[in-house]
Amino acid sequence: MSEGLLEIRWHGRGGQGAKTAAAMVAEVAMEAGKYAQAAPEYGAEREGAPIKAYTRIAQDLIRVHDAIYYPDIVVVLDDTLLDTQQVDSGLSEDGILLVNTRKSPAEVRELLGLEGRRVYTIDATSIALDEIGRPIPNTVMIGALLAVTGVVDLEHIEKSIDKKLGGKLSEGMLKGNKRAVERAAEEVRGEDG
Amino acid sequence: MSERMALTGNDSAAYALKQINPDVVAAYPITPQTELMHKFAAYVADGDVKTEFVTVESEHSAMSAVVGASLAGARTCTATSANGLALMWEILYIAASCRCPIVMPVINRALSGPINIHCDHSDTMGARDAGWIQLYSENCQEAYDNTIQAVRIAEHPDVRLPVMVCLDGFILSHTLESLETSDDQTVQNFIGEFERPDNLLNVDHAETFGAFALQNYYFEFKKQQADAMVNAVAVVQGIGSEYGTLTGRPYDLLEPYRCDDADVVLVGLGSTMGTAKQAADDLREEEGLKCGVLKVRCFRPFPGEQLCQALKDVPMVGVMDRAISFGLGGPLFHEVRSARYDAAGPMMNFIYGLGGRDLSLDDAGEVFRTLARAGESGRAEPTVSYVGVRE
Repeated sequence: MSEGLLEIRWHGRGGQGAKTAAAMVAEVAMEAGKYAQAAPEYGAEREGAPIKAYTRIAQDLIRVHDAIYYPDIVVVLDDTLLDTQQVDSGLSEDGILLVNTRKSPAEVRELLGLEGRRVYTIDATSIALDEIGRPIPNTVMIGALLAVTGVVDLEHIEKSIDKKLGGKLSEGMLKGNKRAVERAAEEVRGEDG
Repeated sequence: MSERMALTGNDSAAYALKQINPDVVAAYPITPQTELMHKFAAYVADGDVKTEFVTVESEHSAMSAVVGASLAGARTCTATSANGLALMWEILYIAASCRCPIVMPVINRALSGPINIHCDHSDTMGARDAGWIQLYSENCQEAYDNTIQAVRIAEHPDVRLPVMVCLDGFILSHTLESLETSDDQTVQNFIGEFERPDNLLNVDHAETFGAFALQNYYFEFKKQQADAMVNAVAVVQGIGSEYGTLTGRPYDLLEPYRCDDADVVLVGLGSTMGTAKQAADDLREEEGLKCGVLKVRCFRPFPGEQLCQALKDVPMVGVMDRAISFGLGGPLFHEVRSARYDAAGPMMNFIYGLGGRDLSLDDAGEVFRTLARAGESGRAEPTVSYVGVRE
């Protein structure tokens, strides 16, 4: 495998920004001098339909072009997917599951019957509504991912928000997204607290 | 100066087109090619290119418009996918026979039906006899590099044929990767000026193009096209090598990977070859299986001689086809086997990934193991099998 390969699988619904989040994390890693790949898994695109997206980060060239079956990290943008999608499929023994939900990590663990791994939760939808006025949790989840794993750093994420969303959103919305990222780092919950 | 950029396959081909700065581009949108032309249209609107961008009402018209522009002496490009390529069918042959050096990224997608927007090679495989050169790309870097080289190959005086730059739909077109790009001037210097002295607008030497040719002349036109394809072999190699000197990324007709001591080798096209290389490394390390990969970059002209050379000491060869020639098997398999007729060892054909069905690293590993078992038992059966299909 490519050296230091890290594989992230994103589960969301069309419109929640899973594709954009997967790409932002990859771009940020590339800007930090790493190799990365980001790919959405499209069905017939439509709002609300379950979708997956993938991010790979490594120290050298990534050659594989398949789906991610054995992720190191799974990010779930919508907790209604916990009942219908096998979000923990193939998640490595010391892998991380990060879920946008009001539930606690212990409740998610029980719901999935999950053993091992590390579970984190965050109420990203509420933060998104507070800060950007829309229930689009993707940048919040990037903030949480950053806090939990350190795969990317805050400064690069903020630059990426300007670059990726700058053409689409107002200045206020951009600032809101940045605040959402920062709040995520504070509000993400692990199993020890 | 080179720059590392984060681009999808569509963006990388669009960026190459921007740097090529064609005189005329005519295009019609189709998934998954649409974003490529969105991006290029933005370059036009922003004044980054001087291209005359013609929005037409169909792919048949897109190809017709670039044929006309090419015959008028313009450097021309377009891009399409799947059913769009199918709608160009009639004009593909005319583009090749009028010796129009059109460059066309084709974002590989399954042909209907059932309707499907995802990757396989049924679109370009169907067009393999249209007289176009076909280059296949493993990743976004190659999509960029192949698009630039395609201009030189197409316009080379010994060739003067249109080129399809094939890249896998979604798997590359919508996947963000890190790639190295050259600056605009370097690309311009590499491709040079396009000159077609015999053109429709040269009133001092008025000529007729696309004329009627019956029993007395048609055959000679076809022989010239066939000769141009033969010439293209050395031209593709020469330009790939020159591009390597310029960028540090040399290209050839084929790319052998760990074939020298291999017991089993998989031959194939496109993005799956990256996955196969990884599987070959993994199986060598974890299971002691001596696996290799032979990537066919240039499918037309078909590099039979070079392919036989690369496979000459390989006991067991498998060919991965992402298309079916119904009633025959995989088209690449049959061409590889035909090329190796005089030196044939046993071969197996694996049909995979139709309509975007994922070919996982595990799948690639299992194909290598199947080949290894066939090599040990001496029974390469069944000749054609289907990877990951439900019966």
